[in-house]
Amino acid sequence: MSSGSPMNLTPPPVNSLRLVRTLMLVTALCGGLIVAVWQWTQPAIAANKKVVLERSVRALIPQAAEIVEYDASSQGIAPARGEPAEGAIRFYAAYDKDGQLAALAAEGAARGYADTVRVLYGYRPDCECIFGIRVTQMRETPGIGDKIITDAAFLKNFEQLDVSVTQDMKSLYNAVKTVKHGSKQFGWEIDAIAGATITSKAVGRGINDSVQKLLPWLKPHLAQLERKGGTQ
Amino acid sequence: MSGQPLQAGNMEQLLEGIWKQNPVFVMALGMCPTLAVTVSAFNALGMGVATTFVLVCSAVLVSLLRHHIPKEVRIATYIVIIATFVTLVDYLIQAVSLGLYEALGAFIQLIVVNCIILGRAEAHAAKNPPLPAMLNALGMGIGFTLGLLALGSVREILGAGKLFGIDLFGAQFQPWVVMVLPPGGFFVLGLWLLFFAWLAKRKEVHHG
Repeated sequence: MSSGSPMNLTPPPVNSLRLVRTLMLVTALCGGLIVAVWQWTQPAIAANKKVVLERSVRALIPQAAEIVEYDASSQGIAPARGEPAEGAIRFYAAYDKDGQLAALAAEGAARGYADTVRVLYGYRPDCECIFGIRVTQMRETPGIGDKIITDAAFLKNFEQLDVSVTQDMKSLYNAVKTVKHGSKQFGWEIDAIAGATITSKAVGRGINDSVQKLLPWLKPHLAQLERKGGTQ
Repeated sequence: MSGQPLQAGNMEQLLEGIWKQNPVFVMALGMCPTLAVTVSAFNALGMGVATTFVLVCSAVLVSLLRHHIPKEVRIATYIVIIATFVTLVDYLIQAVSLGLYEALGAFIQLIVVNCIILGRAEAHAAKNPPLPAMLNALGMGIGFTLGLLALGSVREILGAGKLFGIDLFGAQFQPWVVMVLPPGGFFVLGLWLLFFAWLAKRKEVHHG
């Protein structure tokens, strides 16, 4: 390219067509590669996701024999297909070995101290309460924020957390709320972990945001879910 | 380019990235994933293997196409190629282990902007035939993986009392939590750099 001659400073003309052609060929090649690998790995990825989810749901609801995924929205509930639609909430109905509804589970998420904290919560229609949680994703400070996974006193908050829906099925009687450590009074309050208030609040907020939408949508249709296959 | 000299050259290509030009400790490249994902030895290994995969594949492809890529669009072409392999590795990790995928988070996608990879494509693969390009990239990848492992294992041992998730010290051990937090990454990296600088200095003194 550089001839060394001081007269020849203008670069040779560029053939744009060649540039475009090269880029097109390379992107086509790369696109093909991506599609091929996507097709090849997709079944394994879907299976992995299902295993992880089922493991979490089973840990919450040990009697679950089969787990069916549903999407709830303002239009009602429908068996899940692919990713949930905009605004819809995915939930999981766990059936025991006789095909009777054991409990429901859904995920809530809110921003914690370091990153989004996601928790899966188990819901029982008979007591209209949350009976347990399981943290599915968090990056909180080790030794402080990660106590939400292990702290027995904190987890006790979720053994019977009141999330009852009003008669008109529009909202909850009481929003789920994380309160300062040691000041819990009511069944819908969560006693924060001392020193990890931000993370504790994220758990409460994640659950509240989810139940405030999901339960009013879900409750009118609970009868359909009583037995496996009731929605078909 | 016949027989013996090529063999020796190949070995040198491979060793360059592992020791002489180690991307972490000598070139200090790719510091962002180095500091962020090395909270445990397993994460470090996962990130290292993923980066090595992208390095080797993109180096081979860039080297194969080196006579066909006009220099005006070479960087764009390299980025497309690197991005492709990053997408592939993203799918592959999800297919192998969702736990690892969650732990590495956005840093898998960010391999695309890891300067080690673009640097290899531009400085080496674009000027060399596929075999040396592959060996050089493999060496860099191994060097990067070893660098990450050096950080990851020290941080996991000090910060969690474990190595590859196996408890080392029993229940009495009080973990030095700061080591698995972001500042710990800087501490450990600094100590390793100090160690390598000391080694280099000592070698210099010995040689006169």
